[in-house]
Amino acid sequence: MSATIEFCNVVKRFPGPERAGESGFLAVDRLSFEVEQGEMVAVLGKTGCGKSTMFNLLAGLIEPTEGTVRVLGHDPFLEFDWFRGRIAIVFQNDRLMPWRTALANVELGLELLGKSDQERRATALGWLERLGLKGHENDYPHALSGGMRQRVSIARAFAVDPEILLCDEPFSALDELTGQRLREEYLQLVKENGKTSIFVTHSINEALQLGERIMVFHLPARIALEVRIAAGDREDIRRRVLEAMTAGGAAVEEQAA
Amino acid sequence: MNRWYQLRIETVLALGGLALAWQLASYFFPPYLFPPIPEIVQKFLAIFIDQESLANAGATAARIFGGLIGSFLLGLTFAFLMGRSERVYRYFYPILNFIQGIPALSWVVIAIIWFKGTEPRILFIMVCTTLAAFSFQMLDAYRSMSKDLFEMTLSFRPTRKELFRTLILPTIVPGILTAWKVNLGNAARVVVVAELVGATGGIGYQLLKQQQVFDMAGAIAWTLVLVAFVLVVQQAITLVENWLLAYRPRAERSA
Repeated sequence: MSATIEFCNVVKRFPGPERAGESGFLAVDRLSFEVEQGEMVAVLGKTGCGKSTMFNLLAGLIEPTEGTVRVLGHDPFLEFDWFRGRIAIVFQNDRLMPWRTALANVELGLELLGKSDQERRATALGWLERLGLKGHENDYPHALSGGMRQRVSIARAFAVDPEILLCDEPFSALDELTGQRLREEYLQLVKENGKTSIFVTHSINEALQLGERIMVFHLPARIALEVRIAAGDREDIRRRVLEAMTAGGAAVEEQAA
Repeated sequence: MNRWYQLRIETVLALGGLALAWQLASYFFPPYLFPPIPEIVQKFLAIFIDQESLANAGATAARIFGGLIGSFLLGLTFAFLMGRSERVYRYFYPILNFIQGIPALSWVVIAIIWFKGTEPRILFIMVCTTLAAFSFQMLDAYRSMSKDLFEMTLSFRPTRKELFRTLILPTIVPGILTAWKVNLGNAARVVVVAELVGATGGIGYQLLKQQQVFDMAGAIAWTLVLVAFVLVVQQAITLVENWLLAYRPRAERSA
C-alpha cells in the first residue's frame, strides 16, 4: 500500500537574484519522506528552514520546481480541487473571518463543500460544543480570547472531517497554560478521529507531545534527523533533536525544559 | 455629556449661527444679494409641493444615481482586472490617472460635442468624472484583502465564485461604502455643472433659471434641495454601513 503523503526529491526554488551561479532562492533541496495513514508527524526546525514551504507544497498552494509530491495518491497542486474536504489546515494565527460569527467561521468549510444549512449548522455546533465554546456561537472573533479563537479555527478544520490535518505552529502565540490545554485537546481529537497529521513547530516539547515521529529540518529544507518517539527514551530523543537543530549552526531557544 | 448629544448641539449652534448671520445681512443688503431666511424656507418648501419642481429634483437624483451606478460597475470591473493582473494594472493606471486629471468642465465641453441628447451627455460626464476615483478606491479595497485569509479560504478549495462570495466581497464592502460616500458628493457637484450647461431640467437647470432672474432665494432653495439629497443618501449609506459592519469592534474611548 502506498503512503498517504510522499515527498520524492522535491526541490523548491523561488525567483530571486542569482546566488552562487544558481538563480533564485533554494528553499527546499531534494526533500524526500513518507507519512503513513493515521500517522502523527512533527516537523521541527528553526525559523526560515523551509518548514512553511514544505507545508505550502503539501497543501498544494505552491508548485515544486523539481520532484514529486503525492498526497493520497494525487498531486496536491495539479489536482487542487480533488482535495476539497480531504485536507484541512490549522494555521499559526487563527485566521478567522472577522465578519463571521464563531459558528459561521466553523461552517465555512462545510459551506464550501456544499453541505445543507441544517447539516452544517449541526456539525459546526457539535464541534464548538466539543471544544468548549458552547454559548459563544454568535460571538464575533473580536469578542473572543486568543485561545477561544484558536479553538474555533481547530473546530473549523475538524468540521470538514478531513483525511489529513496540517498544523502550522497553531499554539505558538498562546500563553503556556492555554497552549498546553489546547495541545491535549488537539491530540485527543486527532487520535479519536484517526487523522493523519503533520504538525509544524519550533518547540521540541510540542513535537514530543504531538508527534509519533519527529523530523528535524535544516535549511534548505532537508531532513537532518528523523526519529520515532515510541521507540526510544524521551530524554535521549530530546537531546538528539536539540543536537540536530544546533548542528545547523543556529542558536536554538532552550525549550527542552 | 453624551458625545453624540454634544455633537448635535454644536451642529445646531453652528448652522443656526450661520442662518442668523445671513438673516442679519438681509437687513443691510438688497434681497437679490441676501434674501431673508423665511423667504428661502418658503421657496425651499414650495419645491416639495410643486409637481414640476419635484420632477426636476427627481431628474437630478436619477442622474446622480445613474452616473454613480455606471461608474461603480465600470470601476469595479477595472479594479478586479487591475487587481488580478499586474500587466493590466500597468496599462490601466496611466489612463485612469490621466482621466482623473481632466476637469469636469472639459468633460462637459467634450460631451456637448460628442453627444446629441441631454441624458447621454450627462451620463457620460458623470461616469468620466467619477470613474477613476471608483476604480482606485475599489482597487485599494481589493488589495487590502488579507493574504492570511486568502490562503485560509483557498485551503478549502473554493471555486472562483465561492471565493468571491465568501472572501472578496465581504473584504471590499467597507471600501465600496466609503467610495459611494465620497463619490456621492463629487457627483452632486458635477451633475449641477452638467445640467447648468446642457439640460432643460434638473437642479442645475433650475439654478440657471434663478440666476437669469436674479432670484437668490430660489437659487439658495434649490441648492439646499441638493445638499439635503446628498445628506439623506449619505445617512442611508451610513445606516447600511452600520448594519453590514456591525461585526467591527468599537473602542469605548475614542482617540
